[in-house]
Amino acid sequence: MAEAHPVGFQWVMEAKRRGATIIHVDPRFTRTSAVADVHVPIRAGSDIAFLGGLVNHVLTTESYFRDYVVAYTNAANIVDEGFEDTEDLDGLFSGFDAEQAHYDPVSWRYQAPDDRSPDEEKRLQQIREDESGGGGQKESHVAAQSESHGSGGAAVPWKGKRDETLQDPRCVFQILKRHFARYTPEMVQEVCGIAPADFAEVADALVRNSGRERTSALAYAVGWTHHSTGAQTIRTGSILQLLLGNIGRPGGGIIALRGHASIQGSTDIPTLFNILPGYLPMPHANQHQSLDEWVRDDEGKAGFWGNIRSYAVSLLKSYWGDAATADNDFCFDYLPRLTGDHSTYNTVKSQIEGGCKGYFLVGENPAVGSANGKMQRLGMANLDWLVVRDLQMIESATFWKDGPEIETGELVTEDIGTEIFFLPAASHVEKAGSFTQTQRMLQWRDKAVEPPGDARSELDFYFDLGVRIRERLAGSTDEMDRPLLDLAWDYPTDEKGEVDGQAVLREINGTGPDGAALSAYTELKPDGSTACGCWIYCGVYADEVNQARRRKPAWEQDEVAAEWGWAWPANRRILYNRASAAPDGSPWSERKKYVWWDAEKGRWVGRDVPDFVPDRAPDHVPEEGATGPDAIGGQDPFVMQTDGKGWLFAPVGLADGPMPSHYEPPESPVRNPLYGQQNNPTRRKYAHPANPINPSWSEVFPYVFTSYRLTEHHTAGGMSRTLPYLTELQPEPFCEISPRLAAERGLEHGGWATIVTARTAIEARVLVTDRVRSLRLGDTFVEQIGLPYHWGRNGISQGDSANDLVNITMDPNVYIQDKVGTCDIRPGRRPRGPALLAFVDGYRRRAGVDPDDPTDGGADR
Amino acid sequence: MARGERPMVPDVEFESYYGRPILKEPTWKTPDVPLYLFLGGMAGCSAVLAEGAALTGRPELERVARMAAAGGAAAGTVALVHDLGRPERFLNMLRVIKPTSPLSVGSYILAPFSALSGAAAASNVTGLLPRLGRLAGLGAAAFGPPLATYTAALFANTAVPAWHEAHRELPFVFGGSGAQAAGGLAMLLVPLDQAGPARRMALAGAVVEIVAAESIVLRRGLVAEPYRKGLPGRLMRIARAATAVASAATVVGGRRSRIVAAAAGATYVAASVVTRFGVFEAGMDSARDPKYTVVPQRERLAARSESSTPQR
Amino acid sequence: MTNSLWGRLDDPAGNAGHTDHPPRMGFFTDTSVCIGCKACEVACKEWNEVPEDGYLLTGMSYDNTQQLGASTWRHVAFVEKPAETVETVDLGMPEVGLPGASGDAGVKWLMSSDVCKHCTHAACLDVCPTGALFRTEFGTVVVQPDVCNGCGYCVPACPYGVIDIRPEDGRAFKCTLCYDRLKEGQKPACAQACPTESIQFGEVDELRERAAARVEELHARGVDVARLYGADPEDGVGGDGAFFLLLDEPEVYGLPPDPVVTTRDLGSIWKHVGGAAAAIVGLGVASFMGRRR
Repeated sequence: MAEAHPVGFQWVMEAKRRGATIIHVDPRFTRTSAVADVHVPIRAGSDIAFLGGLVNHVLTTESYFRDYVVAYTNAANIVDEGFEDTEDLDGLFSGFDAEQAHYDPVSWRYQAPDDRSPDEEKRLQQIREDESGGGGQKESHVAAQSESHGSGGAAVPWKGKRDETLQDPRCVFQILKRHFARYTPEMVQEVCGIAPADFAEVADALVRNSGRERTSALAYAVGWTHHSTGAQTIRTGSILQLLLGNIGRPGGGIIALRGHASIQGSTDIPTLFNILPGYLPMPHANQHQSLDEWVRDDEGKAGFWGNIRSYAVSLLKSYWGDAATADNDFCFDYLPRLTGDHSTYNTVKSQIEGGCKGYFLVGENPAVGSANGKMQRLGMANLDWLVVRDLQMIESATFWKDGPEIETGELVTEDIGTEIFFLPAASHVEKAGSFTQTQRMLQWRDKAVEPPGDARSELDFYFDLGVRIRERLAGSTDEMDRPLLDLAWDYPTDEKGEVDGQAVLREINGTGPDGAALSAYTELKPDGSTACGCWIYCGVYADEVNQARRRKPAWEQDEVAAEWGWAWPANRRILYNRASAAPDGSPWSERKKYVWWDAEKGRWVGRDVPDFVPDRAPDHVPEEGATGPDAIGGQDPFVMQTDGKGWLFAPVGLADGPMPSHYEPPESPVRNPLYGQQNNPTRRKYAHPANPINPSWSEVFPYVFTSYRLTEHHTAGGMSRTLPYLTELQPEPFCEISPRLAAERGLEHGGWATIVTARTAIEARVLVTDRVRSLRLGDTFVEQIGLPYHWGRNGISQGDSANDLVNITMDPNVYIQDKVGTCDIRPGRRPRGPALLAFVDGYRRRAGVDPDDPTDGGADR
Repeated sequence: MARGERPMVPDVEFESYYGRPILKEPTWKTPDVPLYLFLGGMAGCSAVLAEGAALTGRPELERVARMAAAGGAAAGTVALVHDLGRPERFLNMLRVIKPTSPLSVGSYILAPFSALSGAAAASNVTGLLPRLGRLAGLGAAAFGPPLATYTAALFANTAVPAWHEAHRELPFVFGGSGAQAAGGLAMLLVPLDQAGPARRMALAGAVVEIVAAESIVLRRGLVAEPYRKGLPGRLMRIARAATAVASAATVVGGRRSRIVAAAAGATYVAASVVTRFGVFEAGMDSARDPKYTVVPQRERLAARSESSTPQR
Repeated sequence: MTNSLWGRLDDPAGNAGHTDHPPRMGFFTDTSVCIGCKACEVACKEWNEVPEDGYLLTGMSYDNTQQLGASTWRHVAFVEKPAETVETVDLGMPEVGLPGASGDAGVKWLMSSDVCKHCTHAACLDVCPTGALFRTEFGTVVVQPDVCNGCGYCVPACPYGVIDIRPEDGRAFKCTLCYDRLKEGQKPACAQACPTESIQFGEVDELRERAAARVEELHARGVDVARLYGADPEDGVGGDGAFFLLLDEPEVYGLPPDPVVTTRDLGSIWKHVGGAAAAIVGLGVASFMGRRR
């Protein structure tokens, strides 16, 4: 965190100054480790085993926060009899379809209640029909997977039967206990290379610091997510925090450290293919023929997500304004549709195969920043046109003349037909706008200086693009052009013709029938009388004031600092904060008092905006058949879940199992000690000759590499390698290795090394350092090679890109690649030109990479 | 440091930051600065010699010494100005007078000395204004000894261990070396019958220089090591040997043989030049190696904590 | 002029002739919370328009800046050491060099942002023959680039090796403690940029109290290695205007363990120069005594 988020890390240092214990678990010893109380080196890609070990520790030592767990999680829920665990199936859950490599999650469901309501009976019949139809998982779920569930999460058909003694062998708690029983400290050592004493130190500290009086927080970044099991790693963290009672309470939580400014914002107002603003699912071409069909799955379910129709209609109104009416389904048919997986790596494959012809790159440098850079460049070389908007002339705009494939002869400049438009962009200080950070907080920044030359802001660019396209289409009678011509595209501009960003923020906030800014998403209506660009952002422009621009200093308000910026939803700083009070509504402890029930006022009160129905009494039991927020019980703090509980066990929603299991990365020198199943069985393979996978346990590729960032550089380097003041601080690509590996391979500190995978080989300077530890796994050592990935062939400081080594094998939930791989390392620089291809080919042959099935390391049973 | 090198400091046990120097190596250039030291010393002592010659009626000696004083001052000034990062701003030296800055003080010695010795030499050569010339010569003789020795303060008033710690001896090394150079130059250029004082000045200067230099090594411990080791060590040994040879030759044949006297004189001059380079390089070496900064300071701290309660 | 060359001096600005001046301002750099982000280095260069200082991968951990100099006014040191060697380091402790094969021992990684110390008795200022270096009303030491003639005397005078000549320019440069910002009532750029308050800017008297309290706090938590460096007004430079809390011996960070301003010995130096000059006079007179030959 200190390494990649030094500014945010100031709060960690502040906490440390006040006595907090900082534990850092990371393959490398970073700037964070340097100031942490404890650093625990871990084998890259083994996080689920480590966290699973902690879960097991908490369960076996009975250190969980029992009152919290019983009341607020689904620990007591009884799971259907059809469910079988990895314990029963050696690493697989029930419902696995080996041919399709995916799960039908129907057997993971809560057991149906005995006294079913008519509605529940209908749902059960539906499930039984689906079952007899042969694991009929809907295509949309294959295409859009977890994120298609939107911000509400997957819906369960019923709240289900509960055993609050947690004794029923089929209750979630007992299943969880059995599932994690094999994640012992010894197993953690075997998988992660963490000594039992170090493990015990972490476990004790965490348990000691959780409960009524104390809370602990987990902070993670892409070390957890960039894996073929990434989503499940976060799930393991969630299970641990739920068991310890660390969710919805001050000082607790799971904090996602984003890749750079406003990554949170770019999922809220998304740049992803499968969601719309506010996590509304992108409609599917076949299943969602109408507005009704689109919202049907979620409408009326318990919780605020049940009001999805209001959010969806308001979004359509903000897009198409007066043209959107009840008669035309509010222009629902104007929305683009999903026809399959349109994620970034599939798009690249489509480019290579000739299906995708145009590409916008906006502040992104995939030639350096994305996994398997060669595939990125091959894709871009096969386009009709490519628009690159960036601050600097990045590699993704120049690969056609000086990319690595030009050097090797795989691409020839004269043969590349892509027409590239490079458009200079304004930087963040050259334009006004908001960033949304990991706490979901929007912070507005004003323009400090004018952009140089022709550089323009994104807002300005896209507005102008829209204006020009609409001018071209003006008068068209083609139905295809209606969505563009009917767009509400009328933003106020200043004397320079630039759009006022605050007008856009106001549109996102939403307006009511009188045209005035709305104050809360609870005001949104399904009848078209309100418009809102992103329902969760509703309130950011309340009272016609840019609430994101508030900058009241810390010393003028309490520690919640509600008047600094604005956090969605409803300026709430901690989500699910109903959980900060006991089931009866009183604070868990005076020390951790945050939001509580004021019986006199009949309202929830406290330091933050309560994340609950304001007047819902703790003892409230919803009426039979209640829907939406009305269905939330007084002790159901997880108001976006259809059952109101935190999920220790996910009965639906995840592609790779209801509970996390450790699987080895697609490339690993280690046999999975936990199960016969080596890899995530549902991982998404990416079959392409340019993406061969190193076989597991290959002696040709005996070492693990993991890529990472340095404080001194920014992601793919376009914003840092081009600046003298940053480049001089880290002027060359390097790899970090342990003294033991240096001795084993004859690598010299300061010398050159070549790092080889089945994809390609790169060279880097060598730093031999005790900060990289040789990890002992049982009888063997695992050596890890650290690779900062910031370099490419442009800029002041140049070098090979570490991401060229990374294979594309994806998590089945969110399509993120696995950043860990295996490799060989040898002293000296890499071969140049075509010799590089022959060099790598030699490795491929020696390792037995199967040319007919380049994606499979042969580790699947 | 060359890239990739693993810097190590062998032998002495002490900690440092990757073996890097703590002090900045002086940016003074060579040969500018060592030459300036030599020229200033030679010129300053020559002015004394010239005045003595004038008083005792040795016109040949006087002429040579006056020329040496004026020429040395002029050449020294050129060397000094050339060493500046911004030579065009040489006159900024005369903006202020600072007794804490030997370079400032030196400017106020060098400037009048150059003017006076130049005037004296001009008068001597042209025969014009003989009285004013003599007066100027007397003035130059007054500024001469400080000119010859203030450069020791210039070096000593730094953090450079080999210079600073030798601040009691360096003025005598430089003074002696200057006398030796002035005497030597006169021995080279002045007939035997007028060169007696020059021989005696050179000889005496040599003795002073050797004794002072030797006592640095004897008295200053570790920081005197650079005077014995490496390039400066070699230079100092060469200079020492040359001085000894010249002195022996002077004693044995300096009075009788013009050739021996000239050779001895030239050797004295050369030895003086080499001594300045030696002292200069010794300072550079001591700044370059953190050992000479850390170890003596550690010893000082240890001695202090022995005499009082240790403080963290 | 009491103690203007050496020893305790409570009012350096007043001593330099400033009347009615603001309190002495300085830095307290608490290295125990430094995360080595180098924001100070970059902010300093941005504000002061200091040129880049070379692109060299040094192999000295993450330190590619190497040292303070004419074009580096803040320098973050990175020290990698085996975790065991924390306590009392003396001369018997071998030099760390670079990380070697230390088996299973843990590692510690110390970071420290170094800067000009703005000494109470500043040798650079005292030896400057042009007056380019001067003591500001804030008690800080600043070079005036329009006066400096590049004589280079300040360079070897500094006991910390801070100031240097920029070769392509010829003049001497160093930290100004953002004199221009101070005059506008602003913090220096480095302190403004520091995310963890490792670099604290303020009145030196107040900072000294804060530093002492911080050391006590760390000692109470068992961090026995914490010690102040440059905070003592009785030390060899009369105390630094920019001082530090260190977690190891100063020399480990590239700092001199017991710096002394060279002017402490100025009297002795001039005395010996005078003695030597007198000796030349004596020697000259003696040379003309005796037989005329």
